[in-house]
Amino acid sequence: MRKPDSRPSRPRVCMDGNEAAAHVAFRLNEVCAIYPITPSSPMGEFADQWSCESQPNLWGEIPSVVEMQSEGGAAGALHGALQTGALATTFTASQGLLLMIPNMYKIAGELSPCVIHVAARSIAAQALSIFGDHSDVMAARQTGFAMLCSSNVQEAHDFALVAQAASLNSRIPFMHFFDGFRTSHEVNTLELLADEDLRALIDDEAVLAHRNRGLTPDAPVIRGTAQNPDVYFQGRETVNARYDELPDQVRKVFVALAAQIGRYYDIVEYTGAEDAERVIVIMGSGADTVKQTVASLTAQGERVGVVHVRLYRPWPTEAFLSALPSAVKSIAVLDRTKEPGSFGEPMFLDVTSSIQRAVSTGTWAGDMPCVVGGRYGLSSKEFTPAMVLGVYQHLLGESPKHGFTVGIDDDVTHTSIPFDPTFSLEPENCTRAMFFGLGADGTVGANKNSIKILGDIEGTYAQGYFVYDSKKSGSRTLSHLRFGPSPIQAPYLIQSANFIGCHQFNFVGKVDMLERAEKNAVFLVNSPHGPDTVWDHLPRHVQEEIVDKEIRLFVVDAYKVARETGMGSRINTIMQTCFFAISDFMPREQAIAEIEQAIRKTYARKGPEVVRANIAAVEATLAHLHEVTLEDVEAKGHHAMPEAVPADAPRFLQQVTAKMLMDKGDQLPVSAIPEDGTSPTGTTKYEKRNVSQHVPIWEPDLCIQCGNCSFVCPHSVIRAKFYDQSELADAPAGFPHAKLRGRGNPGAQYTLQFYVEDCTGCGLCVDVCPAKSREASRIKAINMGEKAKVLDQEREHIAFFETIKDDPTAIDWSKVRGVQYLDPLFEFPGACAGCGETPYLRLLTQLFGDRMLVAKATGCSSIYGGNLPTTPWTKNDDGRGPAWANSLFEDNAEFGLGYRLTTDLHEGMAMRLLVEHGDSSGQGALIQEILNAAQEDEQELVAQRQRVDTLIAHLESLEETPNIRQLKSVVGQLVRRSVWIVGGDGWAYDIGYGGLDHVLASGRNVNILVLDTEVYSNTGGQASKSTPKGAIAKFAAAGKVSSKKDLALMAIAYGNVYVGRIAMGANRQHTLKTIREAEAYQGPSLILAYSHCIAHGINMTEGMQQQHRAAHSGHWPLLRYNPLLKDQGENPVMLDTPEPTIPLREYTENEVRYSLLRRLNPERADELHRQAQNDIKRRYAFYRELAGIDAPPLDDDQEKRS
Amino acid sequence: MISLRTTYMGLTLANPLVASASPLTKKHDNIKRMEDAGLGAIVFYSRFEEQIKKERAAIDHYTGVGTDAVGEALSYFPQSALEDEGQDEYLAHIQKAKESVDIPIIGSINGVSPTGWTDYAKDIQDAGADALELNLYNVASDLNQSGAELENQLIETVKTVRDQVTIPIAVKLSAFFSAFGHVATRLDNVGADALVLFNRFYQPDMDVEFIEVTPSLHLSSSNEMTLPLRWIAILSGRVDADLAATTGVHTNEDVVKYLMGGAQVVMTASALLKKGIPYATDLINGLENWMDAHEYESVDQLRGCMSQENVPDPNAFQRANYVRLLSSYAID
Repeated sequence: MRKPDSRPSRPRVCMDGNEAAAHVAFRLNEVCAIYPITPSSPMGEFADQWSCESQPNLWGEIPSVVEMQSEGGAAGALHGALQTGALATTFTASQGLLLMIPNMYKIAGELSPCVIHVAARSIAAQALSIFGDHSDVMAARQTGFAMLCSSNVQEAHDFALVAQAASLNSRIPFMHFFDGFRTSHEVNTLELLADEDLRALIDDEAVLAHRNRGLTPDAPVIRGTAQNPDVYFQGRETVNARYDELPDQVRKVFVALAAQIGRYYDIVEYTGAEDAERVIVIMGSGADTVKQTVASLTAQGERVGVVHVRLYRPWPTEAFLSALPSAVKSIAVLDRTKEPGSFGEPMFLDVTSSIQRAVSTGTWAGDMPCVVGGRYGLSSKEFTPAMVLGVYQHLLGESPKHGFTVGIDDDVTHTSIPFDPTFSLEPENCTRAMFFGLGADGTVGANKNSIKILGDIEGTYAQGYFVYDSKKSGSRTLSHLRFGPSPIQAPYLIQSANFIGCHQFNFVGKVDMLERAEKNAVFLVNSPHGPDTVWDHLPRHVQEEIVDKEIRLFVVDAYKVARETGMGSRINTIMQTCFFAISDFMPREQAIAEIEQAIRKTYARKGPEVVRANIAAVEATLAHLHEVTLEDVEAKGHHAMPEAVPADAPRFLQQVTAKMLMDKGDQLPVSAIPEDGTSPTGTTKYEKRNVSQHVPIWEPDLCIQCGNCSFVCPHSVIRAKFYDQSELADAPAGFPHAKLRGRGNPGAQYTLQFYVEDCTGCGLCVDVCPAKSREASRIKAINMGEKAKVLDQEREHIAFFETIKDDPTAIDWSKVRGVQYLDPLFEFPGACAGCGETPYLRLLTQLFGDRMLVAKATGCSSIYGGNLPTTPWTKNDDGRGPAWANSLFEDNAEFGLGYRLTTDLHEGMAMRLLVEHGDSSGQGALIQEILNAAQEDEQELVAQRQRVDTLIAHLESLEETPNIRQLKSVVGQLVRRSVWIVGGDGWAYDIGYGGLDHVLASGRNVNILVLDTEVYSNTGGQASKSTPKGAIAKFAAAGKVSSKKDLALMAIAYGNVYVGRIAMGANRQHTLKTIREAEAYQGPSLILAYSHCIAHGINMTEGMQQQHRAAHSGHWPLLRYNPLLKDQGENPVMLDTPEPTIPLREYTENEVRYSLLRRLNPERADELHRQAQNDIKRRYAFYRELAGIDAPPLDDDQEKRS
Repeated sequence: MISLRTTYMGLTLANPLVASASPLTKKHDNIKRMEDAGLGAIVFYSRFEEQIKKERAAIDHYTGVGTDAVGEALSYFPQSALEDEGQDEYLAHIQKAKESVDIPIIGSINGVSPTGWTDYAKDIQDAGADALELNLYNVASDLNQSGAELENQLIETVKTVRDQVTIPIAVKLSAFFSAFGHVATRLDNVGADALVLFNRFYQPDMDVEFIEVTPSLHLSSSNEMTLPLRWIAILSGRVDADLAATTGVHTNEDVVKYLMGGAQVVMTASALLKKGIPYATDLINGLENWMDAHEYESVDQLRGCMSQENVPDPNAFQRANYVRLLSSYAID
């Protein structure tokens, strides 16, 4: 934690809203019960970090931070801590807040003072969204919690204190919320509150009173009783006075804060013309945008104003009416939420009823104004001064629309109001810079560094906001930085930039970066082309914008500088140096010195070599930075912006997806978006992302056609076919093929095709390839090569490859070698390069894809699997494929069980109708075959599919009776459906465990696949109960102490659950066999799949090797439990790695999550390692006993070897 | 009363048997067990130049993957763990060892290039090590680099380290020099306090089934001691630096031979790995018994009695030995 130093007592710092809120919350609490959820996770992470660092709270105690299994659990722990007299808090958002609601009623009902800090976020409805609006807090507005809303980073800091003080004084618990991402993730200059400030506002008597109310056997009381009709109602009314008084109490705290620090806030605040006729009522970050616009409009004599609501619950009627100018004629209440079916959104209803009541009781002196409600900014939709102006213009109308929307084009119910997008209020004296970078290329980090450097200059204010896409590989980032001499309260993206940085040259052909460039702006491009040649490599539209806007163009070959100075491919420092050199924030020499100082500070922990390389890069940069002479240039480039999707893509992709891919999704009208969130599958194949410059190249002569490469490929870019020689008749020149190896099929040919434009270049395929050249062992049957050299040829080969007819009936589904020929119905996901999860999903679709239903818990696999614009689940040539849906994080097992219930019901219905139909159909034999089909193995399923297709054709030929219609609606169920419930360890081990356990106990035929990365990957590496002992993770920063939960053993205890623990890097055949057995088992099955992950801190190229080490060290023993074997009198437990063959350290030493602890605390690392090794020994002894393996217990050899 | 007391680089040792660098010292418990077994000093396991130079960079690299790429997960590791420079595990081990045993602890660095890691020698000194062993191991695979250049690089490296630390420095070497005696003399001249003869390399092996190069580790055997024995005998009394014998020490007779050749101390790792740490007690007792049986009063008396200077036929350590062996072979 950055502690305020004594000079001055309240230092100016740059930080984001999450840190700003947590900074106060941590100091004012004793217990933090936390659970990760975007965008609030960093608040919990900060609290955990400071607790680990033994930072004390205001009273000198180190707060206890505990990660719970869910937000429901966090709320329970919060409730308990409060009931026993601790100062306690939690941090959450969205669905997490919804899970807290039951406890919130209790906490408020029991008058337990506390603050829940919320980074407000959308709630999943037609789709999930991680972005910001007020849907979540509005769903909790009825709980009895007071609601205090911050509009910016400084307020998030200040109001964390105000909420806590007011809560302690009033005993009413508070929700302190601010806009997710817009405030939670915006970096801005703020003044830190000193401990003395906190002490000045927090009444220790109130703290002691709270503690004294805590449950204690020394003075026992009972709470949480049950009340009957005689008294419950009265009980609810006992607290009214406290709520009535609360607005004044909050106001008093605001006054006290102003006295202490000089910043004054009010619970409701009016800004604008005294005689305003048009008023907007709003809360949250949008209020700052409205205020800024009002300042501009009133300066022009417009009679407009804004009522900024800060305290939303209890609704401060009196303060609101006092704030409202008496001349007001029309009011637009802007709610950042949506309540379908309501007469209006919540704040509109509050405002309307307040005014109506004031008018009717005569307490409002003026006429009844026209009040309309509007919605804006859902899911972080931009809310700009232009939109504010649009609202004010809308209020000028005779009959302003109620229930309007602003910021979108609603061409269906026409709720949207127009606005002029060219209206902008960017301050002239402010530098506005936009940087286009590649995810993880250091652009964002460098920009945060720049903010720190510039924000530290007295009199300079800085703001940074960062936009990310949802792909986990090859993603783009867009940094918005503003610097200026005045505080920057512009909570919207830069509208017109005077500096544009392009950190990757290939963006110039893909993204319209200069769209927001203002006249005479600077365009800095990291370019392999020098100042003399770069012009010819720019697309025409870029050239035109440069000429039209008289843009100054600079180039630097940052990758060259990086190579020459030992920076590898890290260009962030180089581009940052260029930014400072071109801009005139400070003299160039001073800027260089500041950057070098920042480097020393930032990289000291990385060792002197890293510092030296960075400084060398800074010093070498300026010699490579060139301004391009643009006299007499013409925009005559040939390169045009490529189409986002090919011309033959389906209509939806052409009209909708393509816009999203080109960052034009904001322009899509309501009519373009499916009303129920349904999306077509099979869309990633149209988005050729070309993430990697290096791709696998096949050597047909060396290949042994084992199928390992396609089996492990995380992005399904490796496809194999074997086919008759005659298929090659029209093959393009150079189309690679080899004689099919193995018995049978004489003359058959084999081709391994790489979809190079979809490849992320992870190299897993090369790593697992066992075939090497006899002449030079470094050459394998697959080697990475430069894509540019093969791209055109490969495009041609892929087109031909897709025309080749193969014979799926000849495939051996039981062998890895055979599976390579099966079509993957999960392809090109946006997962990380080298992802350990996706190969399992692809395999499922190869085996069961055409009859598969997938229930997917929220997490990484729901993002790379279901985040628009494109999704990887796809269809086969018959149009069949996995049907996929995500419900929530916590309920996925139950959600999937619902699939099974429907499926079983409809299958039974189909069979009954078929039996009824059979008597008169003339298809008796077919019907009997269908009804009696075994459908256990693939061949039987293929036969059943054919029979059902015949039946469908038969039904189509009949006159449609009610029964035939019914039968046709369910006839597809006669091919056995494969229900898959898929999620990560955060779901299975923690938040969804209760449901998972219940579904396992149900005995129903569902298949549960846990993609176990041993950490919450999607939210950024928080520990789960699957995280192993001794590994570092967020919320386990000092190394996890407890052992990994043995979920397999827990499931085995049921006796009727098929259980498999697999790791394809350890044994691919075992993985295949286990998955097939699990699916064939007609009861619940649970598969735990080891999934290496970037959160392990490993070389992802060697992820499969690491899986091998995990299994063979005993960390991840491969096993199966097949209940069917019991019926055959055999032991159902099969320990497939009968004993560890390598010491645990051989596995852990390759992972930073373990080695980091050895650096931080070697003794603790050693001790936890020793315990983990012993755990393995004990666990194996037990497993071997279960498996009936009669062998001597493990000796100490592993320890000796380690 | 037989005296096993000896000195090594100015350090006083209870006896001349020293634990050579091996993975055994990675476990703290073993350090105490080594002292209990009676070993005179302990050379810690080696910290490799590559570890010193690249470990942090590697941690930085792998913890940076995916950083600031997607809005939900701006990082994957706890910030506190990344910001904390942490302790160096090796230095912490040395520090802890020094706190728990009284016998000298000698740090060990395995390096090849003259830059980028020599600061670490000072860190080892600051951690409390009584001395430092530099294991300077270079496979001269650069076909354009001459032997003289390599030797100069070696000397420069030792000089650089010498300037960094005040504790004694031992240099552990391979025998693969054109004129090893000259190299030894130069090292002696630049301030090496001891020469440790010789390094046993982890030689790469090949897996013919998987067509892969694999690392190999074969523990030494007694018949590997003849090369270091020869050079110790040749150098004994001719360089100021102490001579430490390592490689092939498995029996008390091996210990005696090295001491007779002129070794100041005798180091063993393989024997302890094979037979356990308590075997050191057997070796020490065996040495004492042998000396008793042969009426030696101290190791100083025994040391160098068969060095090249002190044997009747100095040629025995040179080519003559080769010729004689061949002749005897022919006769058989």
